[in-house]
Amino acid sequence: MLKDKDRIFQNLYNDKGSDVSSSQERGDWVNTKEITNKGRDWIINEIKESQLRGRGGAGFPTGLKWSFAPKEVGSRPHYLVINGDESEPGTCKDRDILRFEPHKLIEGCLIASYAVQAHVCYIYIRGEYFVDGQKLQAAIDEAYEKKLLGKNAAGTGWDLDIYIHYGAGAYICGEETALLESLEGKKGQPRLKPPFPALIGLYGCPTIINNVETIAVVPTILRRGAKWFASLGREKNTGTKIFCISGNVNNPCNVEEEMSIPLKELIEVHAGGVIGGWENLQAVIPGGSSMPLIPKERCETLKMDFDACVEEKSGLGTAGIVVINKDQDIIKCMARIARFYKHESCGQCTPCREGSGWMWRMLERMAKGDATKDEVDMLGDVTNQIAGHTICAFGEGSSWPVQGLLRHFKKEIEKRNNLDPIVQKKNNIPYLVDQHLLDKKNA
Amino acid sequence: MSLRRPAKDQPENFEFNASSLEAANVIVAKYPEGKQQSAVMALLYIAQKQNNNWIPLAAMKYIAKFLDMPYIKVYEVATFYTMYNLAPVGKYFVQVCTTTPCMIRGANKLVEACKEKISEKECELSKDKSCSWMEVECLGACVNAPMMQINDDYYEDLDKQKTLDILDKILNGEIPKPGSYRGRVNNEPENNRKTLMDLKNA
Repeated sequence: MLKDKDRIFQNLYNDKGSDVSSSQERGDWVNTKEITNKGRDWIINEIKESQLRGRGGAGFPTGLKWSFAPKEVGSRPHYLVINGDESEPGTCKDRDILRFEPHKLIEGCLIASYAVQAHVCYIYIRGEYFVDGQKLQAAIDEAYEKKLLGKNAAGTGWDLDIYIHYGAGAYICGEETALLESLEGKKGQPRLKPPFPALIGLYGCPTIINNVETIAVVPTILRRGAKWFASLGREKNTGTKIFCISGNVNNPCNVEEEMSIPLKELIEVHAGGVIGGWENLQAVIPGGSSMPLIPKERCETLKMDFDACVEEKSGLGTAGIVVINKDQDIIKCMARIARFYKHESCGQCTPCREGSGWMWRMLERMAKGDATKDEVDMLGDVTNQIAGHTICAFGEGSSWPVQGLLRHFKKEIEKRNNLDPIVQKKNNIPYLVDQHLLDKKNA
Repeated sequence: MSLRRPAKDQPENFEFNASSLEAANVIVAKYPEGKQQSAVMALLYIAQKQNNNWIPLAAMKYIAKFLDMPYIKVYEVATFYTMYNLAPVGKYFVQVCTTTPCMIRGANKLVEACKEKISEKECELSKDKSCSWMEVECLGACVNAPMMQINDDYYEDLDKQKTLDILDKILNGEIPKPGSYRGRVNNEPENNRKTLMDLKNA
């Protein structure tokens, strides 16, 4: 287990206050000026050496992302945008940072803004977190009062203004370009990339977008050194991470732990074990609902980091761990996730708009045992038609969980769904609509 | 995508009152000059708050003029984002999360409670028109499942009885205390905390 002194978010459970003075006791804002005095290149290099990877799901190296910002500010100003649109089912880590460790985030914003030469920073928070956003706003107001923000913020000689922008219940706005659209006051539909936001982002200006947790760990990394951060976890999967353990466990919780911690340790030690005992475990979704589930046998030895999860054909994602025990109907669980994606598809690309609903309807039937034999393969086919054929990664996000289900629980589906195909005469006809909609007589 | 329909009965006029107007001007100032369209989402919230929890079409027209943008662009935003209520939802708007992490911890019991206390169907006003409920997608409090949101506040770690009690209170016009209903502190593992021990109760 990670030593308490190596935990970055000391106030994760709000044992102390979240105001400036108690944050300073925890080490925030102590020597911000000294850090920025070491210069942009030093900061970006240090972050690169710490091997910090983005905590929002994709795991892109943060130092590298920052280095994409233009070195000189041209006619267009630079922006820093913080992604706090946490909506991935199973994930609730950013909420705790917003409400209990706001100054880690604000100080991180200042340092990151300095590094990418932005004078304005927008923090995009999902609309449902209004109360938590108000707590962050209170912290921002206090920071202005103490001259930690505004002109010559915290004595660094850098001017920075931070504004909060609330979303309004669209999961897709967690996608960085959809988020920018939303910030510009449009509906949140992702943009084509390239151009990448680092060059053409918010209002067509260079924009760096980072997750709340990524930015909040930056000040601590720079204070304690890249070497310290890189010494935790393993190569390319360094540092600590907030894990959210939900679902069928005895004590669901958020906990900050070292990267590469065994999944079993997280569940057994921190979350009080699976309800009904480890033997009652059915499967685990390791990184929020977009990531394919991992069945029990593989959970025994799985290490929770980016690369180890990819080896299991899944992903660390946001590290929102959903534990599903044997009391649950796994097909029903996935059908509900499919319904989530059907609801949240922005409707821009046809494969996703139509496919997400199609997958949901098929899975609902499969949960009831109303599907035909050949639909199992058709479901797999639909997922393949979506993944990789859409503008943004939502296509993958919606089809991977279904592919995971097919990979590990195909037998279960086939056992339950043994009906003969409705269309018997020509069973190789191309399908355009759900097959169950075809009229029997006319087929 | 989700189906969204504006209400049939629409008021003819809408205007920001003094406090809304002040709030709106503060918001517009957050964005660069000429980029006032960015404020549309926040202004829709202000209109929703002023108009008893829902946004009439007249408000969208008003905001379009206010921000100097086409009405259809405001309409587009208001119908795209699900947190803008396009029809009356009552003074207390109950949203029950039923996505998988909540579902496997018994969110359907919360839905049952809402059906018993508020109305049989979702998005239907209660008898006294003060309250309505709907199923929503993940609200981002998964380690506190099952949970629901009433207006701005989260009510966490619920079960059927606790939900019934909360709903009784709001139907009586009281606002129950938000947060965990199993008495646990925020997101810490209940009675099983193994980290940051020297800070606990410090």
